[in-house]
Amino acid sequence: MQRYSIWSLARNAMTGHKNWQAAWRHPEPKPAYDVIIVGGGGHGLATAYYLAKEHGITNVAVIEKGYLGGGNTGRNTTIVRSNYMHDENAHFYEHGLKLWHDLTKDLNYNVMFSPRGVLNLLHSDADRDAAKRRGNAMRLNGIDSEYWDLATIAKKLPDLNVSKDARYPVKGGLMQKRAGTARHDAVAWGYARAADARGVDIIQQCEVTGMIQDGNRIVGVETTRGPIRAGKVGIAVAGHTTQLLNMAGLTAPIESHVLQAMVSEAIKPTLDYVVTSGAAHLYVSQSDKGGLVFGGDLEFYNSFSQRGGTRTLEHVTAAMISLFPRYAKLRLLRHWGGIMDMSMDGSPIISKTPRDGLFLNGGWCYGGFKATPASGWCFAHTIATGEPHPLNAGFTLDRFERGYAIDERGAGPVPKAH
Amino acid sequence: MMLIPCPWCGPRAESEFTYIGDARRQRPDTSALEVSPEALQAHSDYVYLRDNPKGWHQEYWQHSSGCRAHLKVERNVVDHRIRASVKADEALPSFPEGR
Repeated sequence: MQRYSIWSLARNAMTGHKNWQAAWRHPEPKPAYDVIIVGGGGHGLATAYYLAKEHGITNVAVIEKGYLGGGNTGRNTTIVRSNYMHDENAHFYEHGLKLWHDLTKDLNYNVMFSPRGVLNLLHSDADRDAAKRRGNAMRLNGIDSEYWDLATIAKKLPDLNVSKDARYPVKGGLMQKRAGTARHDAVAWGYARAADARGVDIIQQCEVTGMIQDGNRIVGVETTRGPIRAGKVGIAVAGHTTQLLNMAGLTAPIESHVLQAMVSEAIKPTLDYVVTSGAAHLYVSQSDKGGLVFGGDLEFYNSFSQRGGTRTLEHVTAAMISLFPRYAKLRLLRHWGGIMDMSMDGSPIISKTPRDGLFLNGGWCYGGFKATPASGWCFAHTIATGEPHPLNAGFTLDRFERGYAIDERGAGPVPKAH
Repeated sequence: MMLIPCPWCGPRAESEFTYIGDARRQRPDTSALEVSPEALQAHSDYVYLRDNPKGWHQEYWQHSSGCRAHLKVERNVVDHRIRASVKADEALPSFPEGR
């Protein structure tokens, strides 16, 4: 792999930038691999990278129906955080946040990680009690968290409506300073380039259409470019976990819902933090290009459409304008949708399955992007060793029937409510 | 914005409705005094598993900001077309494959 550095930049500038290597190869699929990862988004590519880097397994293929990062990796609002209360989630996401802080160096690819801080706004006494409890739980788990009072928030966020008469009066906020945002496409590209350099075959424009089964063992996949055999198969397909599991004769504890996000025209720096409000149903941050990237609720009905409706668009925009009145003058640049695999407790699945040789990474609800490094790291461990790492030991596929749901919100088996 | 045909009120805006979910799930009979492992598994599957098809989906909605009746709708979850809606306790008409 040609390393990126100030020297390589200068050297290539001398030759008019005509001699850069392609970031990854486009190989033809081999007849067989040790491991096949289905899904060339951030999670699948990260899994392949850590299989090669941490476990020395390099005879790996990542198979992608479309193009790299064209699914939810390229559709999220790029927020990275680890502000969870329950132990399983807290330790898992905190491991991920530590990986995020070194990711650019590790991959030799600028993922533009920006630990600018994530602020959860609190609008009632009950909101504040719950947030302080969560903040204390985080600190007991060794994760940074601090409470910001109204005076601090008013000073740090001059755009925010902190009037007592506001539709959502602000009482305080819970801040995680080490959290922030990253460039989502760069995460997919960085992992792809680093995995490719270690020998992983990345095969795009190749859709998996079936599983090759021998007894109870999955021994490969049928694809639009022919059958490919594999010692082990890992599924990492945000949005279509149900359909992939169906190919192996399994039913998923998942409903697919559509979530939309939107971005405004670019303006000069005005919002220094990622700001979220549970009561108003909003999260917003300003991208490095200057656009305000924001989103809110699901549409609340099953959908595979990858586009949102006007009702939610209006709801989310109204929420942002009520909190930040001066953004009402901005024009909307784009809005889009992605398919969320909503699990039955709002927590993900990184697990063995009832089929030998088949592993599952899915059910990310709408929190998959921040998990990309930790998810790939834990999934690689699970595939390589055949057993989960302690960090993902709770995220099993059978935890629901066994009564070990990890329900951060306490909403029960109602996927749209998480 | 979808227009959902309410059997009582006719086509109304989606914003008047609340989504309930998959209408094909059947709660298994767990009235027996001795619950077998199979019955327990069936009940767990009923609570936690979903068919989640990518295509036509039979689902319950409630006209919560209208007549408040529950209804059963058959909707394509890929393009959001609705091809039938009936009262919640009625059966949806059957359609030939591929329509």
